[in-house]
Amino acid sequence: MKVKIISRNPDDYMRETKNELHKVKRNYDPDLHPMEATREYVRALNATKLERVFAKPFVGNLDGHRDGVSVFGKHPSHLSTLCSGAYNGEVRVWDLPSRQSTRNFIAHDGFVRGICYTNRGDRFITIGDDKAIKFWNAEKPEDEEDEEPINTILSRTSIHGISHHRKSNIYATSGEVCYIWDETRSEPLKTLKWGVDTLHSVSFNQVETSLLAACASDRSIIFYDQREVKPLRKVILTMKSNKLAWNPQQAFNFTVANEDFNLYTFDTRQLKNPIKIHYDHVSAVTDVDYSPTGKEFVTGSYDKTVRIYEIHKSHSREIYHTKRMQRVVCVGWSYDSKYVFSGSDEMNIRLWKAKAHEKLGVARPREKANFNYQEALKEKYAAHPQIRKIARHRHVPRHVYNAQNKMRKIKDKEQKKEGNIRKHSKPGTKPFVPAKRKTVIKEEV
Amino acid sequence: MDKRKKTKRYLNEVDEEQGKTKLKTIKKANFNGDIIKVEMKPMKYKKKKFQGKIKNSSLDPDIIKKYSRGKQITGKGVRTNFFKEKVKRKEVVLEYATEQAVRSEVLRNEIEGFIQAEDGERTSDFRQKDIIENVDITSASKNFNLKLDFGPYKHNYTKNGRHLLLGGKRGHVAAFDWIAKRLHCEINVMEEVTDISWLHIETMFAVAQKKWVYFYDNQGTEMHCVKRLFDVNLLEFLPYHFLLAAASRQGFLSWLDVSIGGLVGHYNSNLGDIRIMRQNPSNGVLCVGGGKGVVSLWSPKEREPLAKLLCHSTPISSLALNSTGQQLVTSGLDNSVKIWDIRKLNGSLAIYKFMNPISHIDISHKGTMAFSMGKTCHIYNKKLYEDQPQIYLRHKSDCNIQDIGFCPYEDVLGISSNTGFDSVLVPGSGLGNFDSFESNPFQTKSQRRENEVHALMEKVPAEFISLDPSTIAGVDVQTLHDKIEAKKSLFYLKPPKVDFKSRRKMKGKGGSVNAAKNKQIAKNLARKEFIQDVRSKKKKVISSHKVSEDFIPLESNKSSVLDRFNKKIK
Repeated sequence: MKVKIISRNPDDYMRETKNELHKVKRNYDPDLHPMEATREYVRALNATKLERVFAKPFVGNLDGHRDGVSVFGKHPSHLSTLCSGAYNGEVRVWDLPSRQSTRNFIAHDGFVRGICYTNRGDRFITIGDDKAIKFWNAEKPEDEEDEEPINTILSRTSIHGISHHRKSNIYATSGEVCYIWDETRSEPLKTLKWGVDTLHSVSFNQVETSLLAACASDRSIIFYDQREVKPLRKVILTMKSNKLAWNPQQAFNFTVANEDFNLYTFDTRQLKNPIKIHYDHVSAVTDVDYSPTGKEFVTGSYDKTVRIYEIHKSHSREIYHTKRMQRVVCVGWSYDSKYVFSGSDEMNIRLWKAKAHEKLGVARPREKANFNYQEALKEKYAAHPQIRKIARHRHVPRHVYNAQNKMRKIKDKEQKKEGNIRKHSKPGTKPFVPAKRKTVIKEEV
Repeated sequence: MDKRKKTKRYLNEVDEEQGKTKLKTIKKANFNGDIIKVEMKPMKYKKKKFQGKIKNSSLDPDIIKKYSRGKQITGKGVRTNFFKEKVKRKEVVLEYATEQAVRSEVLRNEIEGFIQAEDGERTSDFRQKDIIENVDITSASKNFNLKLDFGPYKHNYTKNGRHLLLGGKRGHVAAFDWIAKRLHCEINVMEEVTDISWLHIETMFAVAQKKWVYFYDNQGTEMHCVKRLFDVNLLEFLPYHFLLAAASRQGFLSWLDVSIGGLVGHYNSNLGDIRIMRQNPSNGVLCVGGGKGVVSLWSPKEREPLAKLLCHSTPISSLALNSTGQQLVTSGLDNSVKIWDIRKLNGSLAIYKFMNPISHIDISHKGTMAFSMGKTCHIYNKKLYEDQPQIYLRHKSDCNIQDIGFCPYEDVLGISSNTGFDSVLVPGSGLGNFDSFESNPFQTKSQRRENEVHALMEKVPAEFISLDPSTIAGVDVQTLHDKIEAKKSLFYLKPPKVDFKSRRKMKGKGGSVNAAKNKQIAKNLARKEFIQDVRSKKKKVISSHKVSEDFIPLESNKSSVLDRFNKKIK
């Protein structure tokens, strides 16, 4: 007779000292883990709820400007540096970790219209309403009183926007015309013209580095190639675009912030209609900036909110607002893709987390594994009505809420009217035109 | 002579002058050895093709089957290539997870128990005495006998099998760590005790007393008395739902949420005095055995049984479910034992006849079954419906057996009788390798606290107690079905009745005839509108229904010579 019986040696199952980790034995047999699906669902529900509990996006604010913040300049290699310009011509350079401004000086008479760092990051260029283009050293001078521009160029025309080439020392300004400049010269290399209009903003493509685009006051978006003599193409939308941002990962895609409360993502190869319309803002969208991953972008609007969109979704995934934040004029997405900045009329720059529920600081491996697990669960059960409802819910300010209702009513009414007209006219004379087809009025070559 | 210059190759013999390879750097110029050039073939990139199943032949397919969560999706029927690729990639991850789970079996260190009889011996002849002689001291100490005076007794093990709770009908309640033989508390509640049950941790237990259900901590202090659970016969604790289920002498079934203290279900099952009740560990459904030979399945949110199963023509004497919740074993007063597949509910898998009616059944984690009749207990360790049943072990108690139950994760069967409690060794009944996150016999106080918080966070709502709890992870077919039904029903809609009342502005003007006329007009108008609406909707449905290209209609539209024989429609 031979007998074997379960007899466990406690040494195999218990830790020896209190400093050790508990010994863990796993048995992944599905029979030992009953009700797998329901338990997982409950976990997913908890994870979603916790996400909303921990959604505290506001990190801090940078105060110091004495007038509304008009523009940001992001340093290409220093994550901790941010440059900002204000309506009173003041430029401030911020040290983000300490939330202190390291430099401040009056750079221009009137508005600072644009700031951009050079591709090497050793200096930055500011433009203002005084038609001046000023070069500044990125390093702080020894004495504060030595705060003098390295170089000043006076443009012949007023300038509204500036963008620097990704790789060479070329930059472009926009105003009455689009100029291409060399950093070392005081005369523009090229002048690109298309009709008489004002170009609000200009932006270099980060991948196809010679390509640039500008938003004009005649509701158009104009594309240029820095190597060519003439502009490439022009697209006229129904309303004016305020800002244009190129997707840093997909060279052919860009998004424009429009006055008609929407954002339009276009594919340059097919400009007949946008590939996506991004709704949700209830007032003019003033600024847009892409995340370095190219999957999301942040927008600021005249409706006093900041929203974050995924590029392939027409509704925003996040809305940021505070009681005191006024009209948002400029936004930026940090190059580590973790933070979002917003500058608004009430002289403050606000720092937000790009993912509202993300825990700041270093996560330990087990913590990280848990976060990953929770993300996977949320994704798996995202379609369940209870979970979807919790994940989608956002509190919005009353004026936004009311405006949303109003806009919805207007839209419904228009749709109804259009339907009625269609019903009472000869079949085929009033075809159904999708919203995407309505946005682009004309495309010129 | 061939004047053509011979092409030089590296492997050809080289003459003095040309043998010296020109070297680029000064350092290399001092080098005297031979320089051999190795021709490198460019590495060919092999595209790894997606495989439908685990290729690794070193893994046992049976074990893979155990861990796999069903068939793989091949991406058939997925519309776009993008999502097709996405589905395929997900399958690769799932496959990897399965493979890892299979591989993790290597890490299990406990070997399951067994008895090996030599030639001419039968395991059923072995007594506890023989087994004890052949095992180590710690295991031998797991066999013990308690003589107690307040019988008949009932017992309950905790989920991790570490602690034991005894309840004597005449008021005796004792809780102890039976492996370390450490008593937590021993009290006499001075009242009749009908049933006992541990709650989610070993510091709390519930006792169904003469009238109400009481809660005690492991010091024996009364914490709570729930008067809404009255005349309770049986208690069952559902660990994942944190529900204490109680069955009463009046036929009431109640579910008490022990985490918040509310009753989530409380109704009369109309079964009369409930004497037999077990939970299905795989879904939390209660299986109640009735006097008419029917087993009914109950959930807290449904006042009717989820299913009923006529098991015996005589009253049911006992029932048990296996650990996977797939098989139900019932015994009736007709001396028979039947095994059912509880997922199918049609026909028993096996029927066995015994000499006497079986009074209690229990099934261990590994499928070992224990049957008690009178004083004796028979244990079968093979799956009854697969093999000829042969008694594995026998045990005789001093007195009539009142309750039997296997200890989880141990090779031990607890038998409580009128005069006490026997702990019997049954090698091969328990599961050797536990999962620490599920239930850990060696858990410390801090681990227990941690687990309690986690378990509470993951408390499954009572609404999820249903026959198939995995539906939540499936496709919502029902809704789609409803949608189709709703579309279908469009074709058979009746216009609603219109009750039109004319506004009579001026009395005396216009008689009832006019009013009736107006009413008729309004009715007709409403009817017309409705019919038009339905017609347009029908058109929409029909137009949205696309006919597939390979569909060939039975009657073609083309006219045929045989059409002349068709009946003419006037």
